[in-house]
Amino acid sequence: MSEWLENHLPKVVLAPSFIAVLIFVYGFIGWTAWVSLTRSKLLPKYEIKGFIQYERLFDSPRWDTAINNLYVFGALFIVIAMVLGLLLAILLDQKIRAEGAIRTIYLYPMALSMIVTGTAWKWILNPGLGIESMVQGWGFPNFEFDWLVNPDYAIYTIVMAAIWQSSGFVMALFLAGLRSVDGEIIKAAQVDGIPTWRIYTAIIIPSMAPIFLSAFIVLAHLAIKSFDLVIALTGGGPGYATDLPATYMYAMAFSRGDIGQAASSAMIMMLVVFAIVVPYLYSELRAKND
Amino acid sequence: MNRFAFATVSTLAVAAASSVVAEPQAEVLHWWTSGGEAKSVAVLQEEFASNGGTWTDMPVAGGGGDAAMTALRARVLAGNAPAAVQLKGPAIQEWYEEGVLADISSVAEAEGWAEVLPASIAGHMKCEGTWCAAPVNVHRVDWIWANADVLAANGIEMPTTWEEFNAAADKLQAAGVIPLAHGGQAWQDATVFETVVLGIGGPEFFQKALVDLDPEALTSDTMVQVFDQMRTLRGYVDENFSGRDWNLATAMVMNGEAAFQIMGDWAKGEFLAAGKKPGEDFLCASTPGDGYLYNVDSFAMFDVEGDDKKAGQDLLAKLIVAPNFQKVFNLNKGSIPARTDVALDDFDICANLSAKDMGATSDAGSLLPSYAHGMALRGSQSGAITDVVTAHFNSDMSSADAVQQLADAVANSY
Amino acid sequence: MTDISMPQTQTRTQSGTGKIALRWLLYVLLGLFALYYLMPLFVMVTTSLKSLEEIRTGSLISLPREVSFDAWKTAWSGACTGIQCEGLRPYFWNSVLIAVPAVAISTLLGALNGYVVAQWRFKGANIIFSLMLFGCFIPFQVVLLPMARLLGMMGIAGTIPGLIFVHVIYGLGFTTLFFRNYYVTIPAELTKAARVDGAGFLRIFWSIFLPLSLPIVVVTVIWQFTQIWNDFLFGVSFSQAGTQPVTVALNNIVNSTTGVKEYNVDMAAAIIAGLPTLLVYVVAGKYFIRGLTAGSVKG
Repeated sequence: MSEWLENHLPKVVLAPSFIAVLIFVYGFIGWTAWVSLTRSKLLPKYEIKGFIQYERLFDSPRWDTAINNLYVFGALFIVIAMVLGLLLAILLDQKIRAEGAIRTIYLYPMALSMIVTGTAWKWILNPGLGIESMVQGWGFPNFEFDWLVNPDYAIYTIVMAAIWQSSGFVMALFLAGLRSVDGEIIKAAQVDGIPTWRIYTAIIIPSMAPIFLSAFIVLAHLAIKSFDLVIALTGGGPGYATDLPATYMYAMAFSRGDIGQAASSAMIMMLVVFAIVVPYLYSELRAKND
Repeated sequence: MNRFAFATVSTLAVAAASSVVAEPQAEVLHWWTSGGEAKSVAVLQEEFASNGGTWTDMPVAGGGGDAAMTALRARVLAGNAPAAVQLKGPAIQEWYEEGVLADISSVAEAEGWAEVLPASIAGHMKCEGTWCAAPVNVHRVDWIWANADVLAANGIEMPTTWEEFNAAADKLQAAGVIPLAHGGQAWQDATVFETVVLGIGGPEFFQKALVDLDPEALTSDTMVQVFDQMRTLRGYVDENFSGRDWNLATAMVMNGEAAFQIMGDWAKGEFLAAGKKPGEDFLCASTPGDGYLYNVDSFAMFDVEGDDKKAGQDLLAKLIVAPNFQKVFNLNKGSIPARTDVALDDFDICANLSAKDMGATSDAGSLLPSYAHGMALRGSQSGAITDVVTAHFNSDMSSADAVQQLADAVANSY
Repeated sequence: MTDISMPQTQTRTQSGTGKIALRWLLYVLLGLFALYYLMPLFVMVTTSLKSLEEIRTGSLISLPREVSFDAWKTAWSGACTGIQCEGLRPYFWNSVLIAVPAVAISTLLGALNGYVVAQWRFKGANIIFSLMLFGCFIPFQVVLLPMARLLGMMGIAGTIPGLIFVHVIYGLGFTTLFFRNYYVTIPAELTKAARVDGAGFLRIFWSIFLPLSLPIVVVTVIWQFTQIWNDFLFGVSFSQAGTQPVTVALNNIVNSTTGVKEYNVDMAAAIIAGLPTLLVYVVAGKYFIRGLTAGSVKG
């Protein structure tokens, strides 16, 4: 008996977590998929009615806005955060004095909840209280910076705050990558007289491809899940100009009492996450098995 | 099983307190967190406590109750509902249909609610013939508030038509005053919208468009005019309005930064809390046009386990509708009592006007439920309309497009 | 370690002053970025120390003329959430009561799981791992409603143990990932040798792996603590009166206005709510990068 236990202990140890994940992740996804096929309103009902909720979803202009915003927000956020993170990592990699302090400054936004920093950003970006009135006070009465309240530009304020929040984390990832590049190759390149920028573009950055992938995955899933940020900064407004799928789903489930509709939008979000993450996990694990 | 577990816990709690008689206790979920509102809830809490009850406060601020509804849904699904929840309009019946509301008919009958409440309001409190909610007050939504000094300084009277309002606003704008204090949140946009619908279309049109959701009314020329007026109003709002809380907009009228605000009479609570006098410092009038849009706050009673909680619920329901609370609460909140037998001598001129108009419109058949405040429609329908209204107000969408979107959204909301 | 900061080639082709100018440019750039990252924090701190009058009349970035800690005091023990005016204090302790056990449990479980997946491979272990990992990426809105139902059935709805449970479950994916990636770098021969010497599963974990794990434990604890402390969605959905965490209370305070918006109190409350995670980062930030280098990133 004890021998059996000893042999199977690894599985026994893993089992509770695995079962928990099966129920609380996959069971719940299944539940949501089921509910998305019903006409559930205030509380979930379980009578299947077909794809009506998905038809309603794709007919809704508000969902269109949310998806478009996700494209704009996702693309800008991921690209800028990666470029900025890489730039900061390279700058910090130049044997900087007080590197630790600077790094902490770049990284601290990641430590704060968006509910916390949203309070500050909302204020800074508010035309009547923040940057606009400050610059106008400096003697530039025509200065305008009203993105937060302009439906066409409000989504970019979300991008700004999101980049502020996450680029330090990307920097930390890249910095770790830079530090682990094989020093010998670089020394050799330097001896050959190759200029520094060439060493970065031709040797170091290509060797960090896996880190780009990790950073991309982390940022992409942050983008899809962005919720606190929008709630704290714009509440989805002006109008619903800054709605994202996560806030759309939340609004349907909790303020509209339209749980079926919420479930269908959640499933679409799931599919997007699935499309990004599954190939990544697959390649990751295959590579590691080799 | 959950019921059982919960009952066990309650039993243990009772045993621990070693009491034999039920001690009324109630957890109350609400989102009355701004100044005048919080004061009003405190009145109820005090009265509850002085009658031997234990009040557990569960405020969830934000999003006009969205966050509170999130909490409520999770609590109900968990089989652990709060005793009383701030709910109103058709939402009460929606929750009833889910089978989670308690029956408080015994209290209602003992207290004779049917005799003292107006029939239309009593209708909102009943679920298939049984009483399931207790009304707190009647708010009028179609109010327009003004700073008396600002109007006097610019030689402006309270407007009685939308044309007069526009003329006054142009004049104020020229004088450098913000004509309309407004907060750019969806429900505030919707509040202004419904008063415009009532003013331009009249009570009958309001009933057709926003209560019966008649597609012809929704796409009519009248509705196009309504959106035109919304576009005009957008021009009278300062550029910094987006996301502003309603009470901050009220403060702008108070300090003379802005002249008018279109808002329900909870705004009066803010004026009063700041020590302003109605008729002297600020003016109140119904928005241009006939009719009366009501918004009745109420507490729905949820099924709870345990004698203490049931006793708390009954006591709460009794106190809420009792004349004393109805009077004191509404003096604070700015609304008028839901019961008709409370003397209004201590109330100000605005409240008396509201009560008078309620009686008159009730006789004339133009006492209408507010759509923006969830009295007229179910959540998904009113939400669909609000989406269009707020999208139009916050963009350069044409009125014709808005009308079309409105009809589509309503059709898509079932 | 890479050493490319001052390559010899450059020294030869550029003059000494050019190099110094470049160096200055570098520091100026770094400084500008530091300002960008610090600005919101700066605004929060200075605003929280100003009086309301000064906020109305003064500029966004000006220093307070008179430093006053009144707003901090109000935020901590006097600000109103609804009709109760006891500030953030009770909610702050709720957050502590939730975060500490949840971090400890999820880290321990993650260590054990990571150890199994990395060192005791059995058939299907990788599939199990990837299934767990995928759990990190799901939008949590998906699980709110069924979770509420389940918590109710378990009788821990609206309680602090309930919130701990939720945070442990949805933290497992990340903690397992961190430990797995760390332990995978430890040679399998070590385990084999220990087994030959007769050490069992738990003994190897306890006396070989755990002592090696400090860096990754620090990384995991920081990550989990930040996630759990900053959580809003679970907090607002699965709490009831008396168990609400500090983020929910902060949201209530910021949205509870009494005619005049007390920006200084809002800002002070926001800083208080953010202080614990901020402290953890400042104190242990370098472990964070060290841990990333050591384990969670393939270089």
